[in-house]
Amino acid sequence: MELMTHPCFLTGSLNTQAPSTMASRGGGRGRGRGQLTFNMEAVGIGKGDALPPPTLQPSPLFPPLEFRPVPLPSGEEGEYVLALKQELRGAMRQLPYFIRPAVPKRDVERYSDKYQMSGPIDSAIDWNPDWRRLPRELKIRVRKLQKERITILLPKRPPKTSEDKEETIQKLETLEKKEEEVTSEEDEEKEEEEEKEEEEEEEYDEEEHEEETDYIMSYFDNGEDFGGDSDDNMDEAIY
Amino acid sequence: MTQAEIKLCSLLLQEHFGEIVEKIGVHLIRTGSQPLRVIAHDTGTSLDQVKKALCVLVQHNLVSYQVHKRGVVEYEAQCSRVLRMLRYPRYIYTTKTLYSDTGELIVEELLLNGKLTMSAVVKKVADRLTETMEDGKTMDYAEVSNTFVRLADTHFVQRCPSVPTTENSDPGPPPPAPTLVINEKDMYLVPKLSLIGKGKRRRSSDEDAAGEPRAKRPKHTTDNKEPIPDDGIYWQANLDRFHQHFRDQAIVSAVANRMDQTSSEIVRTMLRMSEITTSSSAPFTQPLSSNEIFRSLPVGYNISKQVLDQYLTLLADDPLEFVGKSGDSGGGMYVINLHKALASLATATLESVVQERFGSRCARIFRLVLQKKHLEQKQVEDFAMIPAKEAKDMLYKMLSENFISLQEIPKTPDHAPSRTFYLYTVNILSAARMLLHRCYKSIANLIERRQFETKENKRLLEKSQRVEAIIASMQATGAEEAQLQEIEEMITAPERQQLETLKRNVNKLDASEIQVDETIFLLESYIECTMKRL
Repeated sequence: MELMTHPCFLTGSLNTQAPSTMASRGGGRGRGRGQLTFNMEAVGIGKGDALPPPTLQPSPLFPPLEFRPVPLPSGEEGEYVLALKQELRGAMRQLPYFIRPAVPKRDVERYSDKYQMSGPIDSAIDWNPDWRRLPRELKIRVRKLQKERITILLPKRPPKTSEDKEETIQKLETLEKKEEEVTSEEDEEKEEEEEKEEEEEEEYDEEEHEEETDYIMSYFDNGEDFGGDSDDNMDEAIY
Repeated sequence: MTQAEIKLCSLLLQEHFGEIVEKIGVHLIRTGSQPLRVIAHDTGTSLDQVKKALCVLVQHNLVSYQVHKRGVVEYEAQCSRVLRMLRYPRYIYTTKTLYSDTGELIVEELLLNGKLTMSAVVKKVADRLTETMEDGKTMDYAEVSNTFVRLADTHFVQRCPSVPTTENSDPGPPPPAPTLVINEKDMYLVPKLSLIGKGKRRRSSDEDAAGEPRAKRPKHTTDNKEPIPDDGIYWQANLDRFHQHFRDQAIVSAVANRMDQTSSEIVRTMLRMSEITTSSSAPFTQPLSSNEIFRSLPVGYNISKQVLDQYLTLLADDPLEFVGKSGDSGGGMYVINLHKALASLATATLESVVQERFGSRCARIFRLVLQKKHLEQKQVEDFAMIPAKEAKDMLYKMLSENFISLQEIPKTPDHAPSRTFYLYTVNILSAARMLLHRCYKSIANLIERRQFETKENKRLLEKSQRVEAIIASMQATGAEEAQLQEIEEMITAPERQQLETLKRNVNKLDASEIQVDETIFLLESYIECTMKRL
């Protein structure tokens, strides 16, 4: 503040011979306000030297460069590392570790939503961490329905009748729950089923999933669903 | 954590893991160790999302957890580890130079996935290598395993701390989080695996082993039926070892620049001999006798013992003091002064920055003050032989940017300014810190600018990607030249120009990031070793 109200302090030449004039200007409020607390000569500013103009604004955002920067290293190594960097960036975006925020729900449910299996929703993880190494609280609970499924699926050949029941329950629930959640259940169920490595079950999954929508997702019908229902009841003869 | 570091961490996390992980990560870096619910509450994200983000962060060794009393688990982020993500390309390239493509892919997989079991790594790498090979050839697991073992032996990959195997008689509920332990001896111990197999291509199903009928939706070809033999043993890349390697490289190239090729080879041999024996934070290597060095020189070098001795004496007498003589037994015992070498490298970086920013006369003054430690205004003018006005101007410029500082030496106890000496001096540690801070800011600016450029031209980029996809699919189905021409003309000439400019700019920005990261490495190593000494 003081420096601004006394422009003669910094601009022009410094005259330490007349402190009285400066002091009297402020009405004698502070004596020797124009005098500095240290000897200017020690720092190298002699008497009568021209000083640079005062800075009245913050320094510019992009100050002009006095010297051009040195060129970047080019050559095989530099280019290889550059390409590697860009590749890594792209690759990491594709990995399951890249968590995209959930697609915001649109105002109206669209028909095409049923056909768009847009990734796992918030509560599912794409990859399988080793849960033994992580705190238990980090494990996202699967839905209750899943738990029942898990217990039923443990024996190698799960009775298909219970899966029929599951179908009907599911059909009812589609009326209640939102469709996306069911899609995720199907996804998670597929993950569980994949671990069993039963191909028949896998193809059965698709059919269950297909039955959720009005139309068959793929036009391929290999006829296995035809005999699938009665496969387990070996007592009956297969016609 | 300074603001600049936090900003840089935020940009890196966002680029590599997305916004959710970025939010959680930055919050943890800012506020330190926190439990799960507090994180969710403070950041305003749902609990599920926080859990997902934490899983990703822990997997990549960016966040660690600790069980406190009453079963509360607290998570803490390692800011410096996040900053290492800038250096991933350099790590991978270094492995390529040492262990060729196989090693390169192993380290790449480990860095991309955080931690993996050996069998998983071998499998992935074999598959990737098979993709690039010619038709009909596949990569054998054994070769990949061998490279992995070599990497472990030279400490470039290490085991992660693992869950301790507790007895089943442990009563009570299991702890909320496992406490991971690692035995020093086991860190580089490779489990005995007999991985037999070949890499598989991802393409047509004909090449798959017969017997597995293809399901409609192909599933993973993991052997879920057999128990994985090295279950629970996870490996990660050992970044410290890479840093040691970079440091050695920097010292060798410094010696080569200062003296000649032969002396740099001698120094490289000495460093190689002390790779495993000296810890990475030691101030100097173990003493090596001249006879040992002579025996370990690379085979192609035919210098006689006398010449070697002369070189060693020359190196030891050099004012830079990279090599020191610690005794006379065995033909002369020599050590490499690692800390001194790092200090010299950091100082050289500072000098170079002053030269490029302020000009060579400023650099002369800077080097003068460095050499003489403390100088008065008048002395600077005299020694540097620069007129007073200019010298003053330059000194103040450097002072305002904090490369040089003022030291007050009072003559009287009342510190009266007229009776005090003001001396210019260079405090290397604080100047290095200041420069490091500037580097972080620079990289943050570079990344932001790159993202800005990409966002500006997003529409154009998407269009060009679509056109490329169309061309590729048309080529696959065998289209005519004329049709391809038509499609290519969808992108007009000025647009092509714009794309070219964009690509050039992005490449330049990326290359600058890599360059600044090299400076960061030098400065950080210097600061770290100085702090250890204090």
